[in-house]
Amino acid sequence: MKLFTALLSGIIFGLGLVLSGMTNPAKVTGFLDITGLWDPSLALVMGGAILVGLFAFGYAKTRDKSLLGKPIQLPSNTKIDRRLALGAITFGIGWGLAGYCPGPAVASVLTGGIKPIVFTVGMIVGMAIFHGLERKK
Amino acid sequence: MIDWAHFTPGPSFAGGLLIGLAAAILILFNGRIAGVSGILGELLTFRRHEFLWRLLFILGLIVSPFIYQLLAPLPEVQNSVGILLLAVAGVLVGLGTSYGAGCTSGHGVCGLSRLSLRSLVATILFMLTGIASVFVIRHLLA
Repeated sequence: MKLFTALLSGIIFGLGLVLSGMTNPAKVTGFLDITGLWDPSLALVMGGAILVGLFAFGYAKTRDKSLLGKPIQLPSNTKIDRRLALGAITFGIGWGLAGYCPGPAVASVLTGGIKPIVFTVGMIVGMAIFHGLERKK
Repeated sequence: MIDWAHFTPGPSFAGGLLIGLAAAILILFNGRIAGVSGILGELLTFRRHEFLWRLLFILGLIVSPFIYQLLAPLPEVQNSVGILLLAVAGVLVGLGTSYGAGCTSGHGVCGLSRLSLRSLVATILFMLTGIASVFVIRHLLA
């Protein structure tokens, strides 16, 4: 059952990304181009997602176990440190350059031609570099 | 100036609601955060523990456009970014989301929904640098 709900969540997530325009890099950079011709659509994507999320996470916080009896694992890290800041800054630069963030890139690998594949491979390389550096510590 | 020609409030808001629903399903049934970079990053460690649900979530994302096509034609996509730049951007996104422990979904959607200050700071920072890199590419270099 937990595998089915994970698959279902991934599918609905992807449908939302396609419908909202997030899988179109030109639309994403159009949103980030606030000094040019600005397309505010993606603010509504965030707004819609957070509107539902506020209820879901508000309810999740009141429970220890999920509806399937699994532990509810909310992040416990509240530290605002250099690591978080440098990571977010680096991510944002890459996001602006490509117009892809991880979800839309992954949701485009089979239907978006070679470009999302190249981006996703790059992303996996970046994550592997991170894991390699962390293991050395 | 607002780009009214490309503004799609209806589909974008509806798509946002679906993304929120997906995050709701994962936290309420599986007890997990729907953060794509985190789920993908954990898959890459190939630890067998908690591997399958992550794989199925990612598979769901990958096949979702085909399910979309059963209902409606896929929206048109424009992508003028060159291959080399895309590869570099991918590496930056992979590194950045690993160090920052989240992306647009983990921090931007789930983190803000659970009112996390840490995620708010991350979201503001990646929005600002995203805006900055588009500014440099479109207005300084172009």
